[in-house]
Amino acid sequence: MFDQLSDRLQETLSGVRARGKLTEEDVDRAMREIRLALLEADVNFKVVKQFTSQVRERCLGAGVLDSLNPGQQVVKIVNEELAELMGGASRDLAFAGSGPTVILIAGLQGSGKTTACAKLAKLLAGQGKSAALVACDTQRPAAVDQLLTVGEQAGARVYEQGTKRDPTEIAEWALGQAKAAGDDVLIVDTAGRLHIDEELMAELAAIRKRTKPHDILLVLDSMTGQDAVNVAQAFAERVDFDGVLLTKLDGDARGGAALSVKAVTGKPILYASTGEKLDQLERFHPERMAGRILGMGDVMSLIEKAEEVSDQKQAEDLERKIRRQEFTLEDFLQQMRQVRRMGPLGNVLGLMPGMGRAVKQLRQADLDDRELDRLEAIILSMTPAERARPQLIDGSRRKRIARGSGTTVQAVNQLVKQFGQMRKLMAQLAKGKLPDPQQLGLG
Amino acid sequence: MARSWRDAFDLGERPAEGVSGVEEGEGPAGPESGSGLFKRLRDSLSKSRQALQAELGASLFDQLDEEAWERIEEALILADVGARTTAEVVGRLEAEVEAGAVPRGDPVRERLVELLAEAADGDGARVDLSARPAVVMIAGVNGTGKTTTIGKLAWHLRRELGLSVIVAAADTYRAAAIEQLEQWAERAGAEIVRGSPGGDPGAVVFDAIAAAESRGVDVVVADTAGRLHTHSNLMAELAKVRRVAAKRLEGAPHESLIVIDATTGQNGLRQARAFAEAVDLTGVVLTKLDGTAKGGIALAIASELGLPVKLIGVGEGLDDLRPFDPREFATALLAE
Ligand SMILES: Nc1nc2c(ncn2[C@@H]2O[C@H](COP(=O)(O)OP(=O)(O)OP(=O)(O)O)[C@@H](O)[C@H]2O)c(=O)[nH]1
Ligand SMILES: [Mg+2]
Repeated sequence: MFDQLSDRLQETLSGVRARGKLTEEDVDRAMREIRLALLEADVNFKVVKQFTSQVRERCLGAGVLDSLNPGQQVVKIVNEELAELMGGASRDLAFAGSGPTVILIAGLQGSGKTTACAKLAKLLAGQGKSAALVACDTQRPAAVDQLLTVGEQAGARVYEQGTKRDPTEIAEWALGQAKAAGDDVLIVDTAGRLHIDEELMAELAAIRKRTKPHDILLVLDSMTGQDAVNVAQAFAERVDFDGVLLTKLDGDARGGAALSVKAVTGKPILYASTGEKLDQLERFHPERMAGRILGMGDVMSLIEKAEEVSDQKQAEDLERKIRRQEFTLEDFLQQMRQVRRMGPLGNVLGLMPGMGRAVKQLRQADLDDRELDRLEAIILSMTPAERARPQLIDGSRRKRIARGSGTTVQAVNQLVKQFGQMRKLMAQLAKGKLPDPQQLGLG
Repeated sequence: MARSWRDAFDLGERPAEGVSGVEEGEGPAGPESGSGLFKRLRDSLSKSRQALQAELGASLFDQLDEEAWERIEEALILADVGARTTAEVVGRLEAEVEAGAVPRGDPVRERLVELLAEAADGDGARVDLSARPAVVMIAGVNGTGKTTTIGKLAWHLRRELGLSVIVAAADTYRAAAIEQLEQWAERAGAEIVRGSPGGDPGAVVFDAIAAAESRGVDVVVADTAGRLHTHSNLMAELAKVRRVAAKRLEGAPHESLIVIDATTGQNGLRQARAFAEAVDLTGVVLTKLDGTAKGGIALAIASELGLPVKLIGVGEGLDDLRPFDPREFATALLAE
């Protein structure tokens, strides 16, 4: 429903261009769309309120209302403000000068702590640091077994003393073991706990006091809703965590909770976990997250990149051609090359508004840069006349093109057919109509 | 009035046997056992820190100006009900008030609770255990509380309804998932049928149904691996487990429940939609209501997908599972 916020904003504000000026009401209408999109993305209500009022102010500021394309300007401002809110001073893990670096992992039940511990160990191992784990979740049945198993898979030593001892003591004991063994890092897995569970929160504070962690990470499920702020505030109060490890990002949750947590506690998101496999953990990129939350790709960098690679005049020419369905295969080739200059295919498509779905389908179809090489080869085997008027391409021309590009007649056919569909689609888009999302799957 | 366990389950022809308590297995764990049916839920709600939560005081329902309506909406949004369902419910209430059908003040709050309860209620849908054996399949995304729910459910089925239970360890994927369920089965006094790690989950369910039939066990509850609804291969695997059950026993699984974590935001709708498509869900178990999250997404799921909440989880102990009560739930949504 909110998949194409930027398109919807463009639409909301499309009449403006004719009138030549953006009014306060236009901006308010746009803010309503943004408010809904943010709520849909699970950004906390209060954070949304504050955010939109800030954006509104900027939009009503100088230079925006009477700019050439106010819709795009508004989108750009929203994206900038979001990235600002998500980002800020990002920090890396802090490492101990000597002796083991202690990393304490905390969070609600089921957020993904145990798996995160093993992933982090694996990630650090890749950086040449030996990381050991300690099992301090004595609550959940078989939690120790689980850590032993994933620890082994990650090639990390696991310290455990069963479930009968006090977790604080286990943690302290393991720190001694890690020192003796010369482990670079000790990652402390703890039981999931509710932020209002006094006893367990006190236990966490005690583990912190005894082991003096260099880093405390709050593990947060990206599917969390409005409650994320309550959770984060409570954990910040009791253990003053340093950053967030955001999990389950391989799902389709927008992850607005991350934004709320950042806004309310000021703590940065450090890591993003994107799958059940142990190598699926990466450093967090605030810019990407901003786009994900609004479901509009990283519009700002796209706009900037587009500005870099094409000048204004060229862009206007192109727009006119698209509108009139005069877009040719030659133009397509140029565009494709330009897009490819911006970076690998998946990244660039991910940047384009409304293309999240297409990227997913591309991944499924395994359509990668090699496929684009093939398309390029086919177009390059066409004559200029054929590129300008694909309808010229008959049976014998097809055979020639296939031979010239080292592909098959079917491949040529498919390209010509898909190009025809794309041309129609783009004309619709340019006229401000929302295309059927199905069609965005690139045929 | 909160619903009783008897009311919440359809046991078919066979009357439930005298409730005899559990001979094997532990009793309810934790210091809070023996508290009133919903006391714990209320307790946790009253002590919840809702710093950001608007207070829906009585005066709000007296004045009912623009700001008051906004505050009502805000409370529902903060409870994760979602913009669309909130707009629907509040829009309806506003129309009724404007038409003079509901007098200002307390009746408005009363009517709001009623509307919310109606939206959450699937006509008082019961858990259908009328078949022998009855097969219940539990599914959901990672970490929502599936395995724990199964432990609690098995315990209650035995204790409250006198039914014998086999749990099927069909999460053959996650590390130590089988051991975890084994411990719960022991606590609950249920039998367990297990395969080997990495084995075929369908085969485990198949064997569990066969075992239940040959031993005359009343209910099979199948645990499945947590999976994100966006992984189509994993969803297809789940659909296959369901098909295997249906093939082994006509009408099985008789209940397919998705476990939704109350802290889940709007993504819960997508989860429910995808799981319903894959395995034809019959209801929702809403867990972790002992925190400060209100679980409003369950209301959106019920009203948009027609999937009723059937059970709720309010903690990690054996007895922390309850039949769903729409009115209690609706009241809690608005509570401070
Ligand atoms: N506070 C609270 N915690 C719960 C509740 N239900 C489950 N949990 C906890 O949530 C965590 C995850 O529960 P599991 O039962 O392992 O969840 P699962 O869905 O089986 O997880 P996977 O199989 O890994 O996908 C455990 O720590 C449980 O104790 C509940 O109602 N309240
Ligand atoms: Mg499980």
